[in-house]
Amino acid sequence: MYDTSDIRKNLKIQIDGVPFTVIEFQFVKPGKGQAFTRTKLRNMMTGAVIERTFKSGEKLQPADLEERHMQYLYPEGDSYVFMDQTTYEQLSLPAEQLGDGRYYLLDGTVVSVLFFSGKPIGVTPPTFVEMKVVQTEPGFKGDTATGTTKPAKMETGLEVQVPLFVNEGDVLKIDTRTGEYVERVGRR
Amino acid sequence: MRLGARVVAADGGRWRLADATGSLEARAACEGALPHAVAGAWVLVEGRRTTGGIVVERAQLLSRPSRDFPTPDSDWSWLHDGDGRRARWLLARAALLRAIRAFLDARGYVEVDTPLAVRCPGTEVHIEPPAVQGLAPASFLVPSPEYSMKRLLSAGLPRIYQLGHCFRAGERGALHEPEFTMLEWYRGFASLDDMMDETEALVAHVATALCGRPCIEGRDGPIDLRPPWARCTVASAFERHAGVAWDDVRDDEDRFWRLYVERVEPALGRDRPQWLTGWPASMASLARLDPDDPAVALRAEAYVAGIELCNAYDELRDPTEQRARLLRDLERRRSMGRTELPVDERFLSALADGLPPCAGNALGVDRLLLLLVGASRIADVVPFAAERL
Repeated sequence: MYDTSDIRKNLKIQIDGVPFTVIEFQFVKPGKGQAFTRTKLRNMMTGAVIERTFKSGEKLQPADLEERHMQYLYPEGDSYVFMDQTTYEQLSLPAEQLGDGRYYLLDGTVVSVLFFSGKPIGVTPPTFVEMKVVQTEPGFKGDTATGTTKPAKMETGLEVQVPLFVNEGDVLKIDTRTGEYVERVGRR
Repeated sequence: MRLGARVVAADGGRWRLADATGSLEARAACEGALPHAVAGAWVLVEGRRTTGGIVVERAQLLSRPSRDFPTPDSDWSWLHDGDGRRARWLLARAALLRAIRAFLDARGYVEVDTPLAVRCPGTEVHIEPPAVQGLAPASFLVPSPEYSMKRLLSAGLPRIYQLGHCFRAGERGALHEPEFTMLEWYRGFASLDDMMDETEALVAHVATALCGRPCIEGRDGPIDLRPPWARCTVASAFERHAGVAWDDVRDDEDRFWRLYVERVEPALGRDRPQWLTGWPASMASLARLDPDDPAVALRAEAYVAGIELCNAYDELRDPTEQRARLLRDLERRRSMGRTELPVDERFLSALADGLPPCAGNALGVDRLLLLLVGASRIADVVPFAAERL
């Protein structure tokens, strides 16, 4: 069982037999009153979003999900084809089910596909992926911004904010949970 | 002019220099005036100031970074990311602390700095003082300096304020940090109404000092911070915002707090600050009960944009009643499995000697700053919140 101190983004819990993902949470506590965690939860079957407030210390049931590692093979129309690494069984998932995950699919990427009652309901890419910058402005900007980052377009179409020293052709490590730059792992 | 700063971008004959106060472009006055530097180097330059920049005659390279600068997790990135708002907010923080002190000093208050590590912290049932080691006889960090400050009131300082850090274990979120900045002040020979008026004047004063006018942008439009603020009782707030009859919630603490966090608090102070008064006697904490209606405590909390900003009392002075409340708190703490705490006999002894009639208020300074600058997380307006320790 989880309790309220385990609540974080993407935690998967089950309420009345339905799996939910935590999409937002906030610790709330009146100065002299009881503490609560206010959450927004996405129903993993229907996509509907509900709000729930849990009292601190309240127990939450983990979602009963099966996770299978599958390798990305190729796009097929608006879908993406994956292969189970142990059974070699193939599975086609529509783009909307992948969400932003589709920006992290490179040839051979191994993702984890979540199943609830035998039905695929979500895809999690590896926590870190490495990919190439295809477009970004040169590092030095003559404007007066004090900003330390600039936008860069990656080979999968993903846009990330990167430090000024990054050039086109550099290979960057990206955190897929946040979509943020981690470090430069190769230079042009 | 002479300027020390960091090179944030270098491109042959040009550098972009920056620190928390801003950035400008440096150009070489002549060939070779700018040595080779990479982003991250600290430099000292001398030259002529121009619009938006400096023409450098001499430059000295003081340090060079030992890795790509900046890394996303570096403190420089944290402070300067995006539009540099965290840097502006840290400067605003300094201005806020100055404005608070100026306001209270001008009204004859004495600033005190009572211990942050104490033997007997507050006994509030829903507040957990963190335990500390190695500071004997102190063994807890203060969740509020209330007891020490009341001892000073009794000792002959009837107008005092403390502007410093307080600690509450397990409180972490957008509007909570386990270590936070609190303004607590006490005014002898004053009523709760006097304290509410003074709070309104203080907030309007510091808002004008920081923002140029006593007004902030709320989610539903501007919020006018000028006195007088709206006032409403706890009972009518529950009836209006939670749609329940007060008699149905007043004795059910769990239901009270759930409705409060879900429905009542978010609705308070949306277009102007709002005081919540008329707290039930069971939630009196250290406030005196209303002599005309002992079912009600002389306690008031102010809210701005759905955020609890401060909590004021007409202070309880009766040592017998105070001891009974402390023991009741400790009993409830025991039944809830919370940390055992000692009774502060020195505090009770100060009450036995007598306090002047007084009102006090405790105000969350990080929250006030967050409201004034338009931030949404305390972690963005303090240097190094828990997540960056």
